[in-house]
Amino acid sequence: MTRPLPTYHDLAEPDRSGILAQVQAQHARVAARLAAVRHVVAVASGKGGVGKSYIAASLARRLGSAGHAVGLLDADLTGPTAPRLSGAARPPVRPSDGSVQPAVTADGVRVFSAEFLAAPGEPVRWREPEGDAFVWRGTLEAGAVREMLADVAWGELDLLLVDLPPGPARLADLHGLVPGLRGVLAVTIPSLESLDAVRRALLLARDRGVPLLGVIENLVEHACPNCGQRHPAFEGDAGARLSAEFGVPLLAHLPFRPTDPELDRLAAAVWAAVERS
Amino acid sequence: MKFLCMECDRQMTFEERAIPGDGTLTASFRCPACGRSVAMLANPYETQLVSSLGVKIGGTTIDGAEPMALAGEFLATPPEVPGSPRWDAESLDRLARVPSFVRGMVKRIYADWAKERGIVEITTAVMDRARTDLGLEGM
Repeated sequence: MTRPLPTYHDLAEPDRSGILAQVQAQHARVAARLAAVRHVVAVASGKGGVGKSYIAASLARRLGSAGHAVGLLDADLTGPTAPRLSGAARPPVRPSDGSVQPAVTADGVRVFSAEFLAAPGEPVRWREPEGDAFVWRGTLEAGAVREMLADVAWGELDLLLVDLPPGPARLADLHGLVPGLRGVLAVTIPSLESLDAVRRALLLARDRGVPLLGVIENLVEHACPNCGQRHPAFEGDAGARLSAEFGVPLLAHLPFRPTDPELDRLAAAVWAAVERS
Repeated sequence: MKFLCMECDRQMTFEERAIPGDGTLTASFRCPACGRSVAMLANPYETQLVSSLGVKIGGTTIDGAEPMALAGEFLATPPEVPGSPRWDAESLDRLARVPSFVRGMVKRIYADWAKERGIVEITTAVMDRARTDLGLEGM
């Protein structure tokens, strides 16, 4: 009778590479960096083009102006927009003590983006063998987000907003990297197409145990340039339906080009939801 | 990853790692009892998959590592724009001191600045002027 093949854990001596220990050390580095951050909150959507990055940047600036210490991490590696939306200029690169300085906006928001890793106007390009990039691209991009969490000198923050690319995958990565993730703000537009896409993303988030903080319905209406009267921009009520289905507050209905008071109300509602969580 | 000598029922010890530069990786292990050695030969896919985790086969020290080490290793240098200026040896030495995760980007910024001004060779003096002009302190 042949004996069963031994497993990795049957061998008592550690392996020389210590891959598992290296990955654990990476996670510990993230945790150490974020120890001075009270809340980490994701801004996500199952759908692109709903104004998620605009919402994230506006929230960061309003909360920064209100006196909160806020960071904004642009985790969209292929379409970074946070620097332009938040007014953050490319920071000088002065790595010291194992960290990189973020950009700081006029509102005091600390910003880091994949845009700072590429030449102006250029995409982020990875050094990789030709073809079949799907084998490692996701792992590599998750690793880049990990480094932006762990290696940027965020300092003491009340809130770190993480602007995620469309789709649910990066939210899962973030939740794996930040076990204390306070939750996710879901951004949608009113349409039924957006309802379907955001619902799928929120179901996956709920499956993973990511707390849902609330729904923000964006691009609800636009104002006539002549008379100023507001008209619906899309058919549908995705925000209200998602709010009811997931039992979370509908934090705001925002028009195209929201006014300062509307953005201030959004910031106040989000801050209250974060503090309640 | 561990290797077991089935004959001796002993865990084999890591001996050597080779990265030949073609995307592959070789690591050898030896049985401490019978001396038999084996080599693990990873193809480019396997090698890249492990590397993209930001870990090193053979071990590394994360504490004190350069920030953005993974980005530094995998970010590609932006393609050279036709007609880009040359770099003299001294300026290349200075460029080599720029953190690896932004080196390609910084090189491109200097090259674009010089090209716009009709400069055909980048020297440290050109870099100094560009740095002041562009506000690139620390680069």
